[in-house]
Amino acid sequence: MTVLVTLGLAVGSVLLLAAGAALGHVAGRRRGAGRRALGTPVERATFQTLHNASLAAPPLRAGLTEDTARKAARRLRTLLGTDALCLTDRSTVLTWDGSGEHHTAGLMTQVRQVLETGRSEAFPLTCAQEGCAIRWAVVAPLTGDNGVVGTLAAFGARESPVLVRATSEVARWVSVQLELAELDHSRTRLIEAEIRALRAQISPHFLFNSLAAIASFVRTDPERARDLLLEFADFTRYSFRRHGEFTTLVDELHSIEQYLNLVRARFGERLAVTLQIAPEVLAVSLPFLCLQPLVENAVKHGLEGSVARSHISIVARDAGAEAVVVIEDDGVGMDPERLRAVLRGEGGPSTGIGLRNVDERLRQVYGDDYGLVLETAVGAGMKITARFPKYRPGVHPSPPSLRTRPRQR
Amino acid sequence: MNQAYAVTAVAVVVVATVLIGGLGLRISRTTSDFYVASRSVPPRLNAAAISGEYLSAASFLGVAGLVLAQGTDMLWYPVGYTAGYLVLLLFVAAPLRRSGAYTLPDFAEDRLESRTVRRAASAFVVGVGWLYLLPQLQGAGLTLRVITGAPRWTGGLLVAVVVTAAVAAGGMRSITFVQAFQYVLKLTALLVPALFLVAAWHGDGTPRGPFDEPPTFRQHTQVQVEDTLRLRIEEPLTVTVTGTVDATRYRDEGVLLEPGTHTIEGGTDLRFTPGSTVPRPAEHASAGTSSWAEPLSGSRDAHPLYSTYGLIVATFLGTMGLPHVVVRFYTSPNGHAARRTTLVVLGMISAFYLLPPVYGALARLYEPELIMTGGTDAAVLLLPGRLLGGLGGDLLEALLVGGAFAAFLSTASGLTMSVAGVLTQDLLPSLGVRHFRLATVLAMSVPVAAYLAVSDLPVADTVGLAFAVSASSFCPLLVLGIWWRRLTAAGAVTGLLVGGGAALAAVAATMAGFPEGGWPRALLAWPAVWSVPLGFLAMIVVSLATASRIPPGTGATMARLHLPEGATR
Repeated sequence: MTVLVTLGLAVGSVLLLAAGAALGHVAGRRRGAGRRALGTPVERATFQTLHNASLAAPPLRAGLTEDTARKAARRLRTLLGTDALCLTDRSTVLTWDGSGEHHTAGLMTQVRQVLETGRSEAFPLTCAQEGCAIRWAVVAPLTGDNGVVGTLAAFGARESPVLVRATSEVARWVSVQLELAELDHSRTRLIEAEIRALRAQISPHFLFNSLAAIASFVRTDPERARDLLLEFADFTRYSFRRHGEFTTLVDELHSIEQYLNLVRARFGERLAVTLQIAPEVLAVSLPFLCLQPLVENAVKHGLEGSVARSHISIVARDAGAEAVVVIEDDGVGMDPERLRAVLRGEGGPSTGIGLRNVDERLRQVYGDDYGLVLETAVGAGMKITARFPKYRPGVHPSPPSLRTRPRQR
Repeated sequence: MNQAYAVTAVAVVVVATVLIGGLGLRISRTTSDFYVASRSVPPRLNAAAISGEYLSAASFLGVAGLVLAQGTDMLWYPVGYTAGYLVLLLFVAAPLRRSGAYTLPDFAEDRLESRTVRRAASAFVVGVGWLYLLPQLQGAGLTLRVITGAPRWTGGLLVAVVVTAAVAAGGMRSITFVQAFQYVLKLTALLVPALFLVAAWHGDGTPRGPFDEPPTFRQHTQVQVEDTLRLRIEEPLTVTVTGTVDATRYRDEGVLLEPGTHTIEGGTDLRFTPGSTVPRPAEHASAGTSSWAEPLSGSRDAHPLYSTYGLIVATFLGTMGLPHVVVRFYTSPNGHAARRTTLVVLGMISAFYLLPPVYGALARLYEPELIMTGGTDAAVLLLPGRLLGGLGGDLLEALLVGGAFAAFLSTASGLTMSVAGVLTQDLLPSLGVRHFRLATVLAMSVPVAAYLAVSDLPVADTVGLAFAVSASSFCPLLVLGIWWRRLTAAGAVTGLLVGGGAALAAVAATMAGFPEGGWPRALLAWPAVWSVPLGFLAMIVVSLATASRIPPGTGATMARLHLPEGATR
């Protein structure tokens, strides 16, 4: 009997987990519907309206395209309670929701006026088809940062001032959503610009110094100079590559190796590096150029103001579903308060753009749990810990750029 | 069995595992040379690691026990455990690696772009993991009882505590070198004693009689019956009894047992004379007259042909859904390497599985009383003592015990890691990402509860059930997910729940011990024959019905899965 009960419990719990997960998903979607029974009729109407609006918002937040318009139009029509609803951009009809789709044909000429003036209009429609309920159209403009971006048209059987007012309000609300979409978009563009800035940041000083260091070997050790130049070519090729937001840990490590070889050409034996890389995490995908700036930071801190040897360690550990990368230097360190300011973006133009950029990109890709962890104090070196989930939807590395030469070992 | 040697062997295995995992690896891989540091794991090493994690208590102890008791039919177990990798190689390995997924739920989410599918897959990962942990605990309990005579629940509990503590402390991270070492250890632990045993068998004049007829005792044999037994006797048998048989007490007296069923009380000593036939437990009665060497001639199942197909389907298709095996493919740098790794795994596992049948056959000759007491899973561990004896026997036994412990440790820790990972990430996100330790305890506590409740299923049978659930849920998901563009999220969830759910229900009914016999029993004990097609069917039908909801990124995902790396851009 106990056998039965325990087993039943064990197996039951598995099934329950599965069923619970499925149910939770469905319930989450329907929760809004269950609340309708609350409050007075007026309040319920308000709830209903807000609920419809909240359902229409997510597609609109992705911008105004045919796909998003189709998804949003269904909700917007429920919101307005009209027979038909239509969304256009500046040149074409994006979607028509409801009856009387044959009116699509001449619609763009009819809304031209609204697109030009940016003012709402209501006008009667002529229709040859029998039983077509659509006799009046209300067209309101959708505005964005750069003026009118499209129109929202609602159609009814008769002229109605209520519909005119409601349509304008809904159009205004849609415009706000579209502006938010634009804002999201510019934020992404900003981050892309920062990546570009980061690439640009590598260039001047580092490039001059590297070339000068290479030049110093040209006569004394031409073989080494040649190797360094090839190293330099590989490094710049990787850093300036245009395609792909993600790379693999092994490719990022190669770039770091080339970077450090070039640094060593200048500083010689003053810089010592130890590596401890778990082979299991070499294939982990991570944002392009997100470790190299951390190493650069460690090199700067290590060599800054000290004549003695400086030591950097790079450790990559396997931690179940995550890879943990720790970069540590024994250099001058940093005042934690100042570091905090740098990460907030208040540290002045020249300091720590690398750290802040990496931190922000990690948070953007993996969520706030995955920001950089920095441990430092003045004179105590710095330890930077970054965590990368082994899998995250949408994170796929682009193939490595072809190397210019087979590795000579 | 010499306790001191055996306990030393277990201690050595544990210490070596910890040392390689912790110190050795750290020293060997600390370098200032990027070229050395960023060398990926070669397919051979990764294959050894996969094999090490895969070869579990069922392989090490269970297969030999089943072959001993049931004969050549049971060779389908090692064949199936190996052939699963052939299916994996042909249909799954490379595309799965190219998908970039680390776990099975990752793959489900990546391919179908749906959190719901991910959650359903997670639930089944936990289910399969729990089912597969159970036989590891059973095997550990058995081994410890054979070594020290401790009650059977202590061993399983001990391993559960050790593995939970190690995994929760982060000490048993699935490190490739450690698992590769475990493979070598397991292979050596089985191979070296096997060579000695076969030599001894040769020296004994290569007896082979009992392969064709019911097993007989070759020498005076004393058997201590621990739990009360019901035996079926086919022909009159004289035995010397100290204890209680059929409610009559005897004290060192010869008793003539007539054909029929007899009850032997626990604590009774039986002494058999050479040449007498080994009695069988009453519930396996049909096998009494069977020929051991001839397939399908009569095993414990009423429908041997059906059971054989059930076993084949479950093991051939179930390997791809084992959570701790799938995560290992992530270590391969690309799809091509994943495929090569699988090929090497096939070779390594094949080599290993040649050995357990040797033990089974030798055990049939030299320790047939295990068939009577039902303790056939101990056959491998007891054989050197019986056949060789002396210091050599003790040392070889210690080696086998060490190998068996390596089997529990590696498989159980791999499974616990996978289950705990899925619990933290997907099913109990409210715990927070950092509550991995709590999830570890939970991951182990359910199989422990089941282990304390269920006792009498043979180790390899429980593994068969885990494979059946895995084959019914993940095989359709992986095969259709990789090879069929029209799979939808709704179809995948339905297929998982219908196929996997049906297999789970059948497993639950079998473990609970009903129905008693006949076709219903056979159908529920070997569900894979019908539940795998059911899973496929549900997935296909529902996908076709929801054809408008094919995930938008399907084309791009398929290209990523099937084009070699470097060809996509």
